[in-house]
Amino acid sequence: MSTALDVTPSEMMTVTASRALNNRTTCFVGIGLPSEAANLARLTHAPETVLIYESGTLQTRPDVLPLSIGDGELCETALTTVAVPEMFRYWLQGGRVDVGFLGTAQIDKYANLNTTLIGDYREPKVRLPGGGGAPEIATNSKEVFVMVKHSRRTFVEAVDFVTTLGFGRDGTARDNVHPETARHLGKGPTRVITDLCVMRPDPETRELIVTELHPGVTREAVIEATGWPVRFAESVGTTPAPSAEEIEVLRALKARTERHHAGEATEQERAS
Amino acid sequence: MAEFLSLQEAVSRFVSDGATVAMEGFTHLIPFAAGHEVIRQKKRDLTLIRMTPDLIYDQLIGMGCASKLIFSWGGNPGVGSLHRLRDAVEKHYPVPLTIVEHSHAAMACAYEAGAAGLPFAVLRGFIGSDLPKVNDQIKSITCPFTGEELAAVPSIRPDVSIVHAQKADRHGNVLIEGIVGVQKEAVLAATHSIVTVEEVVDELGAGPNACVLPEWAISAISVVPMGAAPSYTHGYYPRDNTFYRRWDAIARDRDTFADWMTQHVLNADAQGASQ
Repeated sequence: MSTALDVTPSEMMTVTASRALNNRTTCFVGIGLPSEAANLARLTHAPETVLIYESGTLQTRPDVLPLSIGDGELCETALTTVAVPEMFRYWLQGGRVDVGFLGTAQIDKYANLNTTLIGDYREPKVRLPGGGGAPEIATNSKEVFVMVKHSRRTFVEAVDFVTTLGFGRDGTARDNVHPETARHLGKGPTRVITDLCVMRPDPETRELIVTELHPGVTREAVIEATGWPVRFAESVGTTPAPSAEEIEVLRALKARTERHHAGEATEQERAS
Repeated sequence: MAEFLSLQEAVSRFVSDGATVAMEGFTHLIPFAAGHEVIRQKKRDLTLIRMTPDLIYDQLIGMGCASKLIFSWGGNPGVGSLHRLRDAVEKHYPVPLTIVEHSHAAMACAYEAGAAGLPFAVLRGFIGSDLPKVNDQIKSITCPFTGEELAAVPSIRPDVSIVHAQKADRHGNVLIEGIVGVQKEAVLAATHSIVTVEEVVDELGAGPNACVLPEWAISAISVVPMGAAPSYTHGYYPRDNTFYRRWDAIARDRDTFADWMTQHVLNADAQGASQ
């Protein structure tokens, strides 16, 4: 049910991203925004969605959002915890993951992701953390969702460095690969969810185009926040507004998380 | 054969200048106390290997212990940058640092290959990524059966691997529980290994499929309660997320960092060293 709720753009993004996950989907979850959306999905319409984090925690059901990918909460609420080589080799490379859910620092029009650096590799202007699990999550998962806030700094014509493959520099990197690679290579990013809109790759060129605008967001706002001449689908839909329940569950999750981490701060202050 | 040694003695004996050292622990069980002992002993020119350098390598790099870093994700989890690592890469401070950058999958496979005594690891990895262009250790290999091109990376075989665990029994057999990361692989891949533990017990209480390192696969064991803080030890103490957040401001400035390290590491005792 659509209501006159006062919903922030960031909540709109999280709710939209959570709706992209179906029940019983097996999802390899990146930390931060994807983790928030994936857990919202699990706490609302997709209670049986299987969440996997790269620290080796399989089918985890955290009560609060983890700060790091290896928080104890993830292990304590998991069905089982496996070693990291097993996680990447058997569960990811073995083809058990439906959706890889990633964030990024930069994304370009062919959905390539850069989390390595801004500038030149040997003399970087800004050094970012690097690839982590993403390069293989993006190619070994059956498909990829990307969740990132929309801005010109983030949405660039061409990324400075392809840490993680979208569709390559010209959109064709997933085509014409060896048949054995093709059997394992996923479809790549099928949707990019931002705080303004949803983008999907053009079926022909793989360029990201806007397919849905969030309620109240104009085309001009998206054009302004995108670093390439962004195209819109022939028919652009409006993203359904969040339900009261979704917003309530999301806010409770975030409040619980904040209280949990603030509790740690209090303990720390007492100790020192 | 595991020998029970003081942390000071273990580091002194097995970590030499110029050595290749892996201190593992995936967010969990990061061997901070051992890292601090390496800093106190002023080891230099180390090649440091770790999937996630984390605060422990930010500290070692900032104190000038390393000339090379092999890694796959170099951030402060959930917080932001590792400022000492960035300063070394961007400004060559305090000493130039060569970086060899992989993905998690590649490093996990490379540790496993090292433990298996193989020269390299094979994975379906780095497809379409620029990483092979900047890391000449990432090669491709053709499958002899299908003709498929796969990624190959050299196995990781450290001179010494250092890990932290919950407990050892009196013979030196070690139990690791919770997020086990790549610790077993790191220990078995290395020539020597140091394991720090929270405590020594009469019975490990390990189930038949538990992650146990037999004493004859370990070089030295040091008993260091709180040896993984500010990371955590499952069943003993939680991750100090507040400290991970505070580290951002401490490490951002060269002098603030130096002062903090002097106060909390250089002037601290080896056993039970703070944070």
